[in-house]
Amino acid sequence: MFAYYLDLALRSLKQNRVLTALMVLAMGLGIGASMTTLTVFHLLSGDPLPGRSGQLFYPQVDPTPTAAPALPGNMNYIDAVNLWQARRADRQAIMVGGNVKTKAAQAGSRPMSLHTLATTADFFPMFGVRFTQGNAWTAADDLAKARVAVISRSASDRLFHGEGGLGQSIRLGQWNFRVIGVIDDWRPTPHFYELDRESYGDGDEVFIPFLTSRDLAELGITGYSLNCYGNTMDDLHLENQPCLWLNFWVELDSPAKAQAYRQFLDNYAREQQALGRYVQAGSPRTALPSVMQWLDQNGVVPSDVSLKSWIALGFLLVCLMNTTGLLLVKFLRRTTEISVRRALGASRQQIFLQCLVEAVIVGMAGGVLGLLLALAGLWGIRHTPADYADLAHLDLPMFAATFAISLVVSLVAGLLPAWRACHIAPALQLKVI
Amino acid sequence: MTLHPMISALRRHKAGVVLIALQIALTLAIVCNAVFIIGQRIERVNRPTGLDENNLFLISQQWVGAPSGDDPASVDKLDSLQQADLAALRALPDVASVTPINSLPLLNSSWNGSVSLQPGKDLRAGNARTTFYFSDEQVLSTLGLHLVAGRAFTAADVQHQAMRDQREPSIVILTKALADKLFPKGDALGKVVYFNGDPAPTTIIGLVERMQVPAVGSWTSSFTWYATLAPTRLNANFSRYAIRAKPGRLDAAMHAVTPTLYATNRMRVLDDDSIKSFAQIRADAYRADVGMAILMGVVCLILLAVTAAGIVGLTSFWVGQRHRQIGVRRALGARKIDILHYFQIENLVIASVGAVIGLLLAIGLNLLLMHRFEMDRLPVAYVLAGIVAVLALGQGAVFVPARRASNVPPVVATRAA
Repeated sequence: MFAYYLDLALRSLKQNRVLTALMVLAMGLGIGASMTTLTVFHLLSGDPLPGRSGQLFYPQVDPTPTAAPALPGNMNYIDAVNLWQARRADRQAIMVGGNVKTKAAQAGSRPMSLHTLATTADFFPMFGVRFTQGNAWTAADDLAKARVAVISRSASDRLFHGEGGLGQSIRLGQWNFRVIGVIDDWRPTPHFYELDRESYGDGDEVFIPFLTSRDLAELGITGYSLNCYGNTMDDLHLENQPCLWLNFWVELDSPAKAQAYRQFLDNYAREQQALGRYVQAGSPRTALPSVMQWLDQNGVVPSDVSLKSWIALGFLLVCLMNTTGLLLVKFLRRTTEISVRRALGASRQQIFLQCLVEAVIVGMAGGVLGLLLALAGLWGIRHTPADYADLAHLDLPMFAATFAISLVVSLVAGLLPAWRACHIAPALQLKVI
Repeated sequence: MTLHPMISALRRHKAGVVLIALQIALTLAIVCNAVFIIGQRIERVNRPTGLDENNLFLISQQWVGAPSGDDPASVDKLDSLQQADLAALRALPDVASVTPINSLPLLNSSWNGSVSLQPGKDLRAGNARTTFYFSDEQVLSTLGLHLVAGRAFTAADVQHQAMRDQREPSIVILTKALADKLFPKGDALGKVVYFNGDPAPTTIIGLVERMQVPAVGSWTSSFTWYATLAPTRLNANFSRYAIRAKPGRLDAAMHAVTPTLYATNRMRVLDDDSIKSFAQIRADAYRADVGMAILMGVVCLILLAVTAAGIVGLTSFWVGQRHRQIGVRRALGARKIDILHYFQIENLVIASVGAVIGLLLAIGLNLLLMHRFEMDRLPVAYVLAGIVAVLALGQGAVFVPARRASNVPPVVATRAA
């Protein structure tokens, strides 16, 4: 039966090519525009570490004198180190980035500016970073302020021309570091653990122990956003300055532990109030957002992107109504044909299905056109200067979603016209013939 | 012609009428807001920076192996490197003037702080936020800024200090906007202000008409025109020079600077990005806005085309369906023009209903966008223009099918349907 409906639908579509082309074009434009923007939205609002992000949290405390409506997005040195040394979470790491002039240590190599992250040993296991060679440094290396570094594969390619570089030395500023590990290129999207750099930028390329970076303050790794809430004397040695510049992430493997950590943060803040370090009165202000809450709180998805998604959805809605109208015209034009089929014994249900098949064919054709338009749109986005530009590719779920959306849209568009068509009274029409 | 028969005819086509009206309504809502967004973006892109942007370009360069410390010897060494560059650039035949500067309007790299009328006020408690431009006595002529009061910097005013040195300048030139914000009575000239919570006073010696801050992001909207010019050469292992070429000699000057700088000192990094004309800086800064405006424009055009196609499709169907009735009307004495008018008025009625719903939707959508995306309130003029546009669109789209209807001959009435 289905084959017969298909045949009927194709014949009917061929009969009025202009109308069919109009419908396919409208569907294609609507789907193309919305898939382009939705793909970008999906990429930018995605989970940076699927499966792991639920256990990662960003503790927030407020050492500033004036209570701003939002809690500070970074920590000062003292709080970060206190919380890191308390070791109340399953894993915890301090991190702060900077661009550092780096070169391979042997003479004659070319210097380049690399995204460098100063962090602590738990960073790698906590975020599930995969090593291709060597290992991370240990907690003991952290405390010993060891001059060791982990580099990304692309950094190793650039610094050592594809020879790995494990065990070799690299020169950051004027200091040598021994490479003890090479990681697979790692670019969580969004770049959640350090949003002050571009939210969708490249991954970090060189990793060194945090305390070592403080030892060598002239490296200038002080983050991408230095926010001071008092008068500062020195903006390189930030240990005792009233400045917020560090990121601190913890891993808490169960909700009970997360609850316990919230309690711990509250107690910590109270203790700091008692010590006079926190001058705000009243109950302490702390928070422990998870990765997705943290991204949401920071409004990571650029507002232009969500604005475009809304516009594209409105556009799809107009195209849907347009297609509904044109399908209605198409079906009602064929009242005679439908009456004959009804008179020959086709049930209402069969007419209804036949019409829906026709609508779905239009929808699928529109979906294919939309897919091509979306690919063209994404190609266009890849050639814009946005920091997420090179991410704009259609992945498998969005590819499937394109056809799911076309199917749903065409069914919705076909529903009303098909309903009207199957309620045509055959007798009245046959009399006219 | 009375509307009564038309309305009762439309009642028999409820689904089609509702669909067209809703489509027009949604189109109106989206197009009004999209055009408003386009207008806002264009306005943003076209606002003047306060600079004379023609014949202006910027060099950003780095020295290799230059000292990195903040001790006086290192700072003096860095300053002598910078002075050598300035002298070499100023000697070029195509160059009118050169000034060292830490940033330029629209160049997304800024140095911001606070300015206060009292000493020692910390950053947040200042009277205004401001952005700092550190430069020398040639800044006004090089950038083409208009001095509206007071005097310009002289060579004797110019100091130099390390980039990380926290000392504030002893004299400054402010933009008029910032001066008026601090001293609403307009008597800023000669007054004293305090920067970044510093206890040392700074005297205002001049006012410039207008100068934008470097960043263009929405976070700067509270201090877009609050710039402070300081007579200070900043010393670091990199430097920026703004250069005004002689009229018409921009390309020649831009080509001449690289060999000149290398001849002065080989140990530096200069690449393709190092030399940028101000036109390029402007294009880079506003590319996203221009892109958004173009996208919105395309969406509007396609939307209008789709809606017009829908109207043509449905009206053509109605014409076909009423073929016989039209014949009867013609046989009973209706002129061609009456039939044409019938369909035109019918469309006007539907489009008007759609426009009224669209008006409400447009305002609703605008409220939603205001709530979520820091949009401004949609001016009524945009909605009215939108209504006129969709009514015109409807009339344009209905014309072809309506003309076909008016060409139905009266003899059709005598034939069986």
